[in-house]
Amino acid sequence: MTDPAGFPSTAAAGTFDRRRFLDALLTVGFVSTAASIAYPVARYLVPPESGEAATNSVVAGKASALKPNSGVIFPFGSRPAIVVRSSDGEFSAFSAVCTHLECTVQFKTDTSQIWCACHNGLYDLAGNVISGPPPRGLERFTVNLRGEPGAEDIVVSRKT
Amino acid sequence: MVQHVLNWLDERLDLSGLKHFVAEKGVPVHTQEVWYYLGGLTLFLFAVQVFTGILLLLYYRPSATEAYESVQFIVTRVPFGWLIRNIHSWSANLLIAAAFAHLFSVFLLKSYRKPRELTWVSGMLLLFLMLGFGFSGYLLPWNELSFFATKVGTGIAGSVPLAGPFLLRLLRGGDDVTGATLSRFFGLHVAVLPAISTALVVLHLLFVQRQGMSVPRRIERALKPGEKLRQMPFFPNYVLRDVLLWYIALAALAALAAYAPWDLGKKADPFAAVPPGIRPEWYFLAMFHTLKLIPSHVLGIEGERLGVLSFGLVTVFLVFVPFLDRRSRDGRNSPLFTALAIAGVGYLVVFTILAQLAK
Repeated sequence: MTDPAGFPSTAAAGTFDRRRFLDALLTVGFVSTAASIAYPVARYLVPPESGEAATNSVVAGKASALKPNSGVIFPFGSRPAIVVRSSDGEFSAFSAVCTHLECTVQFKTDTSQIWCACHNGLYDLAGNVISGPPPRGLERFTVNLRGEPGAEDIVVSRKT
Repeated sequence: MVQHVLNWLDERLDLSGLKHFVAEKGVPVHTQEVWYYLGGLTLFLFAVQVFTGILLLLYYRPSATEAYESVQFIVTRVPFGWLIRNIHSWSANLLIAAAFAHLFSVFLLKSYRKPRELTWVSGMLLLFLMLGFGFSGYLLPWNELSFFATKVGTGIAGSVPLAGPFLLRLLRGGDDVTGATLSRFFGLHVAVLPAISTALVVLHLLFVQRQGMSVPRRIERALKPGEKLRQMPFFPNYVLRDVLLWYIALAALAALAAYAPWDLGKKADPFAAVPPGIRPEWYFLAMFHTLKLIPSHVLGIEGERLGVLSFGLVTVFLVFVPFLDRRSRDGRNSPLFTALAIAGVGYLVVFTILAQLAK
């Protein structure tokens, strides 16, 4: 017996295995199609590694522009960094990314400390944690002054 | 397991109506049924566009300074980004082709006759929306070709009588094609058009489900009194056939994306001279070529203006075909509208080829 479209509608004896086989074949087909779509999509969703080369050295500005007991934030590659000048004129530079939850820290003039406004984390001018939630100190960079005396650039480099 | 879930839902939502619909829905079997597949194919390609479009949104940046670079990033750096972008472009083209084939098959079979006038109108509006998708999406990679094609295209909109200058500024977001145009086209392409077309697709499908498939008049007439056409169950017989065609379309998309990828071209430079061979997408070529052929002045009217005016009239005519073709509505032969449909296909094919040949 056939239905109007010519498909067997009732399974005659012995056709059950064939139907089961065809069902299995269809299932394998659909599942592998789904997989071949899901794989590229899943890979696509994960972004590739950043295309930028890692920054190793950056000019933060003119030394003369940074007064003693002050600090300034500058871009180090794609992340912020901070260069500070202590009251006695020493330069030091750190990653400005707080080690707690990655807020950007700032220089606190009244206490001469590095401070994170998000959760009140405090670092000293060597980058060590004084108080607050940060689990470890800030990453410290090397500072060199380069150029004509009186017009030196502050060159900040990652420690190798 | 599935049965269990269905029972659970049935107890709460009463699915008997839906079950009845699924069990009873049939598709008439006759010699012209092959045309029924075109609507389903168009729907499938639309779904592909929605899916790949959402994926592209993850990396695309709609600004004059970053758009080109972000597409470049997608096709060169993102894993399988080339695949997603090329499937999106190819599917867009096949979608327009399928929609046109669907339109003309329905036209020639007069399936728009009473009671399916509204299905036709919603379908025509969907076709215009698809062309809008094509036009706005073409600009998004912000390359040289699309930049100048958009200049020309929006310029044509500018020659619409009366509203022209207003339309031009509305489309461009200013007097020139700039980053502001890109922002507008982006919003149009990913928010406005998808929202309207999704609603219209739902409506279009509801009409089709409500009324069932139209049977061509020639076949209806050949039936003996009391005789009924054979029906094929929609689930699963017809659906499986639909899916088979979708499989073929998917394979074709993957093959085209892999072996015939779309060129990204050079980044648009508003201060560069127009490169030779500027042309719109192929589905606007016939229109583009017509405008080129119209003399600059016809009977004192600006040629371009005349062209745009006639396209507008053709558009209005197309939307209202079911109401104008009274012979089909009354169940009589309608040779005039058959001739018009054939002339329409002929015009599109000939002018598209002519435009391709004319360098």
